[in-house]
Amino acid sequence: MTGMTIAEPGEGKNTLLAVEDLTVGFRTARGYADVLHAVSFRVEQGRTTCVVGESGSGKSVTCQAILGLVPRNGRRTGGRILFAGMDLAAADEATLERIRGRGIGMVFQDPLGSLNPLHTVGAQLRETLRLHTDLSELQRQKRALDLLAMVGIPEPEQRLASYVHQFSGGMAQRIMIAMALACEPQLLIADEPTTALDVTIQAQILDLLNRLKAELGMAILFITHDLGVVAEMADTVVVMRHGRVVETGPAARVLSAPEAPYTQTLLAAMPRLDVAAPVYRQRSAR
Amino acid sequence: MTDAQRPQTQGPQMQGPKTQGTGSQEREMPDTLLTVTHLRRHFGGRHALLRRERTIRAVEDVSLTLRVGETLGLVGESGCGKSTTGRMIVGLETPSGGTITFKGRDLTRLTPKDWQRQRRDVQMIFQNPQSALDPRLTIARQIREPLDLHDIGARAGRDEEVARLMQAVALPVELADRYPHQISGGQAQRVVIARALAMRPSLIVCDEPVSALDVSVQATVTDLLQDLQERLDIAYLFISHDLRVVKKLSHRVAVMYLGQIVEEGLTDPLYRQPLHPYTMALLAAIPDLSVAKGEPRARLVGDPPSPANPPSGCHFHTRCPYAQPRCSAEKPELRAVDDRRVRCHFAEDFRTAS
Repeated sequence: MTGMTIAEPGEGKNTLLAVEDLTVGFRTARGYADVLHAVSFRVEQGRTTCVVGESGSGKSVTCQAILGLVPRNGRRTGGRILFAGMDLAAADEATLERIRGRGIGMVFQDPLGSLNPLHTVGAQLRETLRLHTDLSELQRQKRALDLLAMVGIPEPEQRLASYVHQFSGGMAQRIMIAMALACEPQLLIADEPTTALDVTIQAQILDLLNRLKAELGMAILFITHDLGVVAEMADTVVVMRHGRVVETGPAARVLSAPEAPYTQTLLAAMPRLDVAAPVYRQRSAR
Repeated sequence: MTDAQRPQTQGPQMQGPKTQGTGSQEREMPDTLLTVTHLRRHFGGRHALLRRERTIRAVEDVSLTLRVGETLGLVGESGCGKSTTGRMIVGLETPSGGTITFKGRDLTRLTPKDWQRQRRDVQMIFQNPQSALDPRLTIARQIREPLDLHDIGARAGRDEEVARLMQAVALPVELADRYPHQISGGQAQRVVIARALAMRPSLIVCDEPVSALDVSVQATVTDLLQDLQERLDIAYLFISHDLRVVKKLSHRVAVMYLGQIVEEGLTDPLYRQPLHPYTMALLAAIPDLSVAKGEPRARLVGDPPSPANPPSGCHFHTRCPYAQPRCSAEKPELRAVDDRRVRCHFAEDFRTAS
């Protein structure tokens, strides 16, 4: 195990994750290109940090790099990722695997693509628990049931025996969240978890994440392109563009008084409910 | 946004053109462009040996009107039938019932040949512009193609027309010789819009035209659509799940749930005081910059029911927080409440309550 415990002089007591000068590059047909340039931000214990940006801003690569899941043609060329005092950037695969299961949970945009269609939901939950905990078979069964109930799946006993395709998109995302939380991680990384869902379902999932955060005291790193979602979720905002952090700060401040010109542009472009609708001007038919 | 549009925030009740009404049952006014009445589209339901396929009522009862140069936002969640409605209006889908009257002609009775001509006047743009473009044609060729197909204008003048159309949608001339994969998503949507404009349509059905675009690009495309409407008097049926974008663009809004319009009215009053519980829930669900974090909001529980097996009575009663016994027994009609149309037995109560 190469993950070292590093005492960080400037680190706040409540910092759970500190990304420092993270630089990641990709080999492409047209040569090597950096896609993340010295990205730095922190996630506090029990708080939600939203990384917001448009396509190509590097927000997803950032969370892949934290998890050690950068695609094969990509490489981390600099920086540190300190999670609970351990540098994930220097950790070996075995350590990362353990952390991905137990320390950090993950939820992605497409729950159907992230779950196994061939096994029941119950089997997948029990498998996760078998790999990452010392629970007995009976305890695993009980815990799987509790998890489904916790994420608000109706009739959890029956649903344990269901397959993923038997769930709606919103329900499948709840199961994905149950899987991610199976080992009570300190950090949940959610990459656009509600983008594919209808608004009323999105609202349910956002409420669920906020409730679980309060109940379990976990931190959330939430990746999104939607500033409205940021307003609803974030304690801290990290605004990214072209692989760089352009602004970071408390959500209330960044959303009401953005400092970076790009954040201002993004906020100005965002359609919002409190803007008056256009008024029809009578015209004659052509 | 011009100054002329400002005063409306002060006098929301006064802005309804009272003489005209908003219901489809009203007399047809001279500026009426499109009138859709009791439009239906059912899928399946064929009789097979010994059993009957389930009927999916994608669109059950849709009536709406659109005036010259007006934007009607058609909103709802996936599966509510909003796209099917749009596809029937442009003739990509055949209605199972109802009428579509466009400039005084019933489109549901058109022969395929008549449709060919009609298509010029009613255009459609889709969510994914890249898939709406032919990968083997240059940008200029894409825009020119409809002119050639419909033989519009003198052959010699068509290149000039293409340049004019590209300018109208603010596409740089340099892109004329590029191929679709060489341009961005926002540019591709502009090409699609330019190609639609080539037919000089009076109505464009826009099906989620900006949903796949980044917000900064989204804003430039919606600005463009508004600008074109101002200059060319184009009417839009703007289909979207995003109520924020719809508010920016639409003069009126119709909300759909399980194949039916449940509420329809002028945009600002409808957003300010929705009279159908589904509209209320939809508005409360939108994550928006104007809503403070942690503000408690009413949430819908459960998923929308299947359109193959819609609930009895009011389709929304299974998820409605205000449902009464009457709601599961009796189907509500879409009826006028002030200058709104609402499909709820208790719409008046919501008006007085708030």
